[in-house]
Amino acid sequence: MESIQAKQGLVGPNDPIQRTQLPYVTGTSVVALKYKDGILMAADMGGSYGSTIRYKSVERIKPIGKHSLLGASGEISDFQELLRNLDELILYDNMWDDGNSLGPKELHSYLTRVMYNRRNKFDPLWNSLVLGGVKNGQKYLGMVSMIGVNFEDSHVATGFGNHLARPILRDEWHENLSYEDGVKLLEKCMRVLLYRDRSAVNKLQIAKITEEGTTISQPYALKTFWGFTAFQNPTAGAEGSW
Amino acid sequence: MSNSAIDVPSRGGFSFDLCRRNDMLAKKGVNLPSFRKTGTTIVGLIFQDGVILGADTRATEGPIVCDKNCEKIHYMAPNIYCCGAGTAADTEAVTDMVSSQLQLHRYHTGRESRVVTALTLLKKHLFNYQGYVQAALVLGGVDCTGPHLHTIYPHGSTDTLPFATMGSGSLAAMAMFESKYKEGLTKDEGIQLVVDAICSGIFNDLGSGSNVDVCVITKGHKEYLRNHLLPNPRTFVNAKGYSFPKKTEVLLTKITPLRERVEVVEGGDAMEE
Repeated sequence: MESIQAKQGLVGPNDPIQRTQLPYVTGTSVVALKYKDGILMAADMGGSYGSTIRYKSVERIKPIGKHSLLGASGEISDFQELLRNLDELILYDNMWDDGNSLGPKELHSYLTRVMYNRRNKFDPLWNSLVLGGVKNGQKYLGMVSMIGVNFEDSHVATGFGNHLARPILRDEWHENLSYEDGVKLLEKCMRVLLYRDRSAVNKLQIAKITEEGTTISQPYALKTFWGFTAFQNPTAGAEGSW
Repeated sequence: MSNSAIDVPSRGGFSFDLCRRNDMLAKKGVNLPSFRKTGTTIVGLIFQDGVILGADTRATEGPIVCDKNCEKIHYMAPNIYCCGAGTAADTEAVTDMVSSQLQLHRYHTGRESRVVTALTLLKKHLFNYQGYVQAALVLGGVDCTGPHLHTIYPHGSTDTLPFATMGSGSLAAMAMFESKYKEGLTKDEGIQLVVDAICSGIFNDLGSGSNVDVCVITKGHKEYLRNHLLPNPRTFVNAKGYSFPKKTEVLLTKITPLRERVEVVEGGDAMEE
């Protein structure tokens, strides 16, 4: 886009190369699945600054245009940059005023190109993106990583979600999940992530997109259980051990 | 030749001399062979009557599967079993060593071994070697104080847990446990949950695969279910089987049983002390 090229023009030929080398404020996993009427996506609202959970109200799922939802994990500032890019894209698309609008497949393709080209310039947008949407009755759910790896599947997850949530989804996902079952399944995954991912916070949003439109729920917390008897007195039988 | 006049008795612990040699060789381009690791999923859980341990059966050497059906649940005592992940040689050696130490201890005390004894012996050994003995273990058993389940990390720290997973497939297995575990499971529910967790590791982790081994330990009784589940059968088996090419023709087959050439005298000379 013109704005980025202008910015790059301000960097002189002898200046050191500026690039995203390390992420600073990061979001953790996003989990999404296809259900009967569309796509369900869940992400918690934490923004970690290294090992501190610095921000607890970061919205990591945003609606894009009429037909898609974008969820991101990784560097929050790069996500905000992407949102600005996509805003321009959607604006230009609306200005055509031709009755057609960008669907999830087109956005996924655009994001893949952006991510891959940035990676080729050694200046990646440090994000793993989940793009889901419904257009003309067709459900679409895809993922793009910071190096441009992209694919489409019935359920996706980023970051730790790949290790903790994908096995559950592979086991228990099936076609034509109802809305309640989909939410229950997503909550099961998010609960495991809350127990086992150190950068997770117990404040999450679940977003739904169908042919009718997008709904992003209000933030809420999951119920957790810590009352196992083995946790009460773990060293019974071995006093002094741990 | 240098004269090392008096051999100083070794101070114990790991001798790092060969590490210097290895570094020198590595600089010259001669690399170490990769370790045979049990890139693994091992789990344990406590159910109402005791402990259930589970493990997959794949052993890897780098990217290659070197053993499709190895045993990762090791015997420690009649009432204690230990699953091992990490370097195969380390898990075998350390569990064998502690198992024999436990037996000597049983002879000495005349009592059934306790899980915390095995735990302390393993923990001491691993800490002593500062993490160089790469064995990550899930130790479970039932003794006079009840059922116990512990995890032991290569550096020597331990945890006491109601359910535990270790190895490369531990996250996939833990996802199953965290979503389905509850207290007071029956034996069948427990075995089903362990099988689910190991299968989750087998199918979602590249370092784990092949079959599921399960071991159920209750008060006074244990069941070692080797290859309890075989979810990866060979898909294509040649229906013709093997037929070796005929090279030499067989003219005659005659079998002559060997006779004893030494006569054994009953009640011969007794051995001298």
